[in-house]
Amino acid sequence: MAQVHLKNLVKSYGALSVVHGINLDIAEGEFVVLVGPSGCGKSTTLRMVAGLEDISGGEIVIGDRVVNDLPPRERNLAMVFQNYALYPHMTVRENLGFSLKIAKKSQGEIDAAVNEAAEILALTPLLDRKPGALSGGQRQRVAMGRAIVRHPDVFLFDEPLSNLDAKLRTQMRVEIKKLHQKVGSTVIYVTHDQIEAMTLADRIVIMRDGHIVQVGTPLEVFENPVNTFVATFIGSPPMNLLPGVAKDGQIVLADGTAIPLPPGYKLAEGRRIQLGIRADNIMPEGHALPPTAHMAHVDMKVTLSEPLGTETVVYAQLSGTEVQAKMLNPRPVQTGEVLRFAIALDKCHLFDADTGLSLKA
Amino acid sequence: MASASEHRLRKRLLKWGHFIGLFLAMCVICIPGLWVVLNSFRPTVEIMAKPPVWIPNELNLDHYRAMFGGAGEGGIPVWTYFRNSLIISVTSTLIALLIGMAGGYAFARYKFKGKAMTFVMLMATRAVPGVALSLPVFIIFGRTGLIDTHLGMILVYVALNVPFTIWLIDGFFRQVPKELAEAAEIDGCTRWQAFWKVEFPVARAGIASAGIFAFLTSWNEYALASQLTRSVSSKTMPVGLLDFTSQFTLNWGGMCALAVLMIVPALILTFLVQKHLIAGLTFGGVKG
Ligand SMILES: Nc1ncnc2c1ncn2[C@@H]1O[C@H](COP(=O)(O)OP(=O)(O)O)[C@@H](O)[C@H]1O
Ligand SMILES: [Mg+2]
Repeated sequence: MAQVHLKNLVKSYGALSVVHGINLDIAEGEFVVLVGPSGCGKSTTLRMVAGLEDISGGEIVIGDRVVNDLPPRERNLAMVFQNYALYPHMTVRENLGFSLKIAKKSQGEIDAAVNEAAEILALTPLLDRKPGALSGGQRQRVAMGRAIVRHPDVFLFDEPLSNLDAKLRTQMRVEIKKLHQKVGSTVIYVTHDQIEAMTLADRIVIMRDGHIVQVGTPLEVFENPVNTFVATFIGSPPMNLLPGVAKDGQIVLADGTAIPLPPGYKLAEGRRIQLGIRADNIMPEGHALPPTAHMAHVDMKVTLSEPLGTETVVYAQLSGTEVQAKMLNPRPVQTGEVLRFAIALDKCHLFDADTGLSLKA
Repeated sequence: MASASEHRLRKRLLKWGHFIGLFLAMCVICIPGLWVVLNSFRPTVEIMAKPPVWIPNELNLDHYRAMFGGAGEGGIPVWTYFRNSLIISVTSTLIALLIGMAGGYAFARYKFKGKAMTFVMLMATRAVPGVALSLPVFIIFGRTGLIDTHLGMILVYVALNVPFTIWLIDGFFRQVPKELAEAAEIDGCTRWQAFWKVEFPVARAGIASAGIFAFLTSWNEYALASQLTRSVSSKTMPVGLLDFTSQFTLNWGGMCALAVLMIVPALILTFLVQKHLIAGLTFGGVKG
């Protein structure tokens, strides 16, 4: 176990800069998830921590050592790759024991460690197979086993679940979380899937274009997104954003619909903003959560409905924007039907129309 | 129903047509070889008979006995030629493989200036027939004293084989995901260990096939060897075949016997290495 500190970490390929000065402090035993759209520099950052990419600027500290110039083998970490990178010419047993063999551990030690890891990951019956004879989920587990036999200071995961089907992915997500609870190592986990990020992370690091946009616990980033990017990236369905203008203590949307200003916001007259409402906070009357102190009501025409069983996602038109709303205890909804929706104002967000930054005081 | 059985009939006919076609093709490929083997065991009269005698009346080892016999009775220094061939082919193959591995790996893994151009130039050398270079090579070797030496022939064959081994091995290393070496490095290997313990074994099949090709090229090469070798000290087996020609006669039986001696080691080698050629070794460890 070890702390990890990234200080002003920069990566450029020639003139092309892909990571622009990242600062991040990761505590011992913490599970940190780097999340962001494809191409935002998550893998590059992780590979710099691993020592697989040279660092163009800044500093990486693992434990109390600056590791900038150390090769991967001297950083005492383990990494699980997206394509698993199992050694195809070795059996599962040899794959698991490879790092210990390289470290010149005795055969007895290797066997003990391999058997223990195989036990934890239910790989014991597969030990003598080659990776080619394993299913995707089994390969995934071997890749994780190869990481845990070494008791590394830090685990690195680069989109380890993206090659699995949806069901297996959910299952492995739970296994990874349990594994972390069991071994307690520091984990840096990269994914583009916000659900994975929310469910696994102690702390989420949201990245965009080589910058960190926001760092926080899953609930923090969900409840207090710093800008519209985080607001729409975290949470499913994504937060609805409606352009509007502040006028007389109200927000006037493009088509003239007026909605009271959410509590806690003070806006200059005429300020152009975006109103952010999550689907969970705009619900048809009679199918909504109990009303709170600050409610607003709008009529919207339904354009589409997606029944999910316990709830239905209703797509409706508000001020020229398509809005997704949730209907609890659903009843069948017709396209074209006009419903009255209740908005929980105290859960709404306001963002600057130009910068997209949150206007929360 | 009728159409179903008709369909089955057509399928069977097609299958038989396939077999017959393959059989004919195999005959075209194999019969000359078999004819050589057969002739090496037949008396000269029968070889030269017109019309040809297809079913041999008599098989014996006379040609082999004569070949290994004294110089007066049609003997030639078979063992010396064999040794020359072996030394030259094995050494040049090993060197070409080493260079091919280094070069192929560099082309597959690293970016460097002029990479594409270097590669194209390397391949372009294959477009020049080796014989076309025999005169310049002869002159250079003449000046440097490499004519009629093992070293000279090894150099020529290394040059001949390297572009090909680089090209082939590059292709195989490209199929080995670079994450394998990275995983090995994280698992505690140095760059060097990662290559030898992971990438090399995974690409072994490809390297073995490059080795076979290089070996067979040197083993069978005649045109350059006939120019650059003079005496028993460096003549290879293909050149040795010419020992059976004299001013007025051709000793076909002897030639066939020596040819058989050439074919056998090549066949044995191919079968030995074949088990390393199992494809698909690289697949399965990673999922893309
Ligand atoms: N070897 C490279 N040369 C040039 N650009 C690269 C290289 N590797 C990655 N990049 C660029 O760096 C950016 C970040 O890549 P990456 O870290 O893989 O993104 P992510 O993992 O977040 O999807 C991308 O725009 C990618 O095109
Ligand atoms: Mg990536």
